[in-house]
Amino acid sequence: MQTPPRLDLSGITKRFPGVLANDQVSFAVQPGEIHALLGENGAGKSTLVKMIYGIMQPDAGVIRWNGAPITIANPKAARKLGIGMVFQHFSLFEAMTVLENIALGMDAKIPARDLEAKIVAVMQQYGLKLEPHRIVSTLSVGERQRIEIVRALLLNPNLLIMDEPTSVLTPQEVEQLFVVLRQLAAEGCSILYISHKLHEIKALCDTATILRGGKLVDTCDPAVETSRSMAEKMIGGSLKDIQRGEGRALGKPKLIVQGLSVPKDGPFGVALKDIGFSVKAGEIFGIAGVAGNGQNALLLALSGEVAAQNAEAIYVDTTCVGALSAKQRRLAGMASVPEERNGHAAVPDFSLSDNAILTARDRMGMVSGGMVNARTAKTYAGEVITAFSVKATGPAAMADSLSGGNLQKFIMGREIMQKPQVLVVSQPTWGVDAGAAAAIHQALVDLAATGSAIVVISQDLDELLSLCDTLAVINEGRLSNPMPVAGANIEEIGLLMGGIHGETQTPELSHAS
Amino acid sequence: MRLKLEKRPAPSTFMLIATPIASVLLTMLIGMIVFDAIGINGQRAVVDIFLTPVLASYKWQDVAVKAAPLIIIALGLSIGNRAQIWNIGAEGQYVLGALFAAAVGLYAGPDAGAATLILMILAGIIGGAAWAAIPALLKTRWDVNEILTSLMLTYVSFQVLGFLVGGPWKDPNGRNFPATAPLPEGLTLPILFPGSTVHLGVAIALILPFLFWILMSRSVFGFQIRVVGSAPHAARHGGFDAKQTIWMALLIGGGMAGLAGALEFTGSLKAIGLGFPSGYGFTAIIVAFLGRLHPIGCLIAGIVLAITYVGGQVAQTTVHIPNSTAGIFQAMMLFFILASDILIRYRVRVIKAKPSGAQA
Repeated sequence: MQTPPRLDLSGITKRFPGVLANDQVSFAVQPGEIHALLGENGAGKSTLVKMIYGIMQPDAGVIRWNGAPITIANPKAARKLGIGMVFQHFSLFEAMTVLENIALGMDAKIPARDLEAKIVAVMQQYGLKLEPHRIVSTLSVGERQRIEIVRALLLNPNLLIMDEPTSVLTPQEVEQLFVVLRQLAAEGCSILYISHKLHEIKALCDTATILRGGKLVDTCDPAVETSRSMAEKMIGGSLKDIQRGEGRALGKPKLIVQGLSVPKDGPFGVALKDIGFSVKAGEIFGIAGVAGNGQNALLLALSGEVAAQNAEAIYVDTTCVGALSAKQRRLAGMASVPEERNGHAAVPDFSLSDNAILTARDRMGMVSGGMVNARTAKTYAGEVITAFSVKATGPAAMADSLSGGNLQKFIMGREIMQKPQVLVVSQPTWGVDAGAAAAIHQALVDLAATGSAIVVISQDLDELLSLCDTLAVINEGRLSNPMPVAGANIEEIGLLMGGIHGETQTPELSHAS
Repeated sequence: MRLKLEKRPAPSTFMLIATPIASVLLTMLIGMIVFDAIGINGQRAVVDIFLTPVLASYKWQDVAVKAAPLIIIALGLSIGNRAQIWNIGAEGQYVLGALFAAAVGLYAGPDAGAATLILMILAGIIGGAAWAAIPALLKTRWDVNEILTSLMLTYVSFQVLGFLVGGPWKDPNGRNFPATAPLPEGLTLPILFPGSTVHLGVAIALILPFLFWILMSRSVFGFQIRVVGSAPHAARHGGFDAKQTIWMALLIGGGMAGLAGALEFTGSLKAIGLGFPSGYGFTAIIVAFLGRLHPIGCLIAGIVLAITYVGGQVAQTTVHIPNSTAGIFQAMMLFFILASDILIRYRVRVIKAKPSGAQA
């Protein structure tokens, strides 16, 4: 080859106590190439990228930059080389403007006026719409991501690393992001694109490198592969489809929510406004929406962690549960799984057995006379571990010793095996690998088949479309009218998700009000 | 070469137990060096403070009597600390406990018997809990920091004490000293071993840790305290009320401190004077942490701290250092124990050479 690859990794190995995070990983990214890095959670993608961006050092192996072996001591050195990175979790100050946030992230001191001119120039060049003087807290997630992208582009990167960039975007925002990335690639910038959304990789990337268990398993051309074949390479086995029973009929409404309003907690919270929907026995009801539009508040209001303003707002069958506490709602047959696993759905430094006590103690008879029956808890935790194939050393394993996907399986199993009448779950497969996600989906479908009503709140539209019978979209704390998933219009859902934040209106106008 | 902290896959049980022991040993070592440096026989001071009370059998009863209030208060505090509720006003709750007990004793008159004694002790628990209820109310109602309120109330309690023993409760036959009249024989705690000062309170301090152990490890309440302290959001998700937890943690902490005050009054001092607040409520904070917030740990740590109290008095006469030297040793212990906490969840790795990308 005439020109050396932009980035060439050979034999990269990184070891953590107890884990080999990267084992002899070698691949190359060419100039102007959009290169996908695929893999399940814990496959070693993040570790690899952190070494490229100088956050960590490899234990062994060589990184070549434009053909020359180099050591990238820290992120500053990486940026100097022209490596930019957009993280999955943004590092932005909510109370500061776009311009101030970008200025804070710059290595070089540039006067504000010059910086603003540069920012405007970069935004015009790539068609990124962003108002430099807006306060970050008023921006949508998509707009926040644009700040991070602009921040990276100001460095004139030769390699841009994007970590799960689309997980928080509406379909329309994803399209816009792809336009920017394609333009960058056409100008010769290499892009390392980390994702597990396979159809996006097929649409965007030239090459895909697949990691599994820290090892490189394949480098392939996504245009030739199918989503399924790549998924199977990722999990190293065959992917199961959701099995649905034939001819299932929905029963009577089981969960009825009407006029549910909750004031916002804190300046950056979202208030729920007059939410109403009903879920029939056997139905899976999906709630789509971009992160930060009230999903958290809705889950807390449904789980009973936050009381509704109007006690009549929530019914399970004919029982009014709006005024009941979380514990009482569980006893009434209403279970929930919040989005955040660590510290909300589970206690990280408790054993699985103790985590079973957390939400299953009353329904599964673990308490008598104010004392906990540890043996019952242990047995129940063991049953969940077995039934949901949780990879753990046993009920005594600490929750934080499990991988995210395994902990999520345990948490879902803990609720599902209590056979709740109503189950509300938020982001059931967030950060969970494809194999575990399939198992969780199947368990939800099976629970619905027994006549439970299920609400799935998710930002992953694909997940909702494949799982749910009915779908509604939450935006700024309001819920759209429900629509049947069969025959749903993706375009329309996308517009609902965008709400007034969307690019269908000009941002200047929409935020002037 | 540089040092690096690395997260352990699981918390180290070895470190959990080893660090308190190491803290005590390190305190002895550093104390020795510092005392030598300022021209005092350091080795002698450390031996007298830490070893004489253990080796000399005639000091054991002093250790037992001093350990009892420390253990009882620390048990209550460790529950609060587990739930991340920081009651540092145990000293004031201890004083109020004694005052409540005294009130019952005074109004019962000189001929009262065992039933009144039991009532006095119960009043002590109520008094301590009532004093702790003030920070609990302020915290649950207006989110006022309990660290400040509980500490400030300690100084209020000293004023209450001063007013009562210098005014309405002053012993008429006490030559105008600001102190209550000594308790009549029938209202003092029974002595366990005739001829010694070891009173019933010591037995209570030996039994309570085991009851608390069962409470914390087996009961739903213990579970609630642990969840609230470890993951407040998960506690809410699990249906545990945060405000109720705050109330319970402070009431139990205050109640135990009040109990200790009542026992100290009826068992040891038999009268309340201005010198009644002796710092047990503050030292018990050290006991709770040295004992790793575990009831049995509190039992052991209470004995260790009592040894330093008794040893401090020994060293006062032998090497002529002020009694407050013991306080310095106790503070050093707390310092080391808090500093070494990180070793439970992290390990220190020594990195010799800078790893380079060009090794392979």
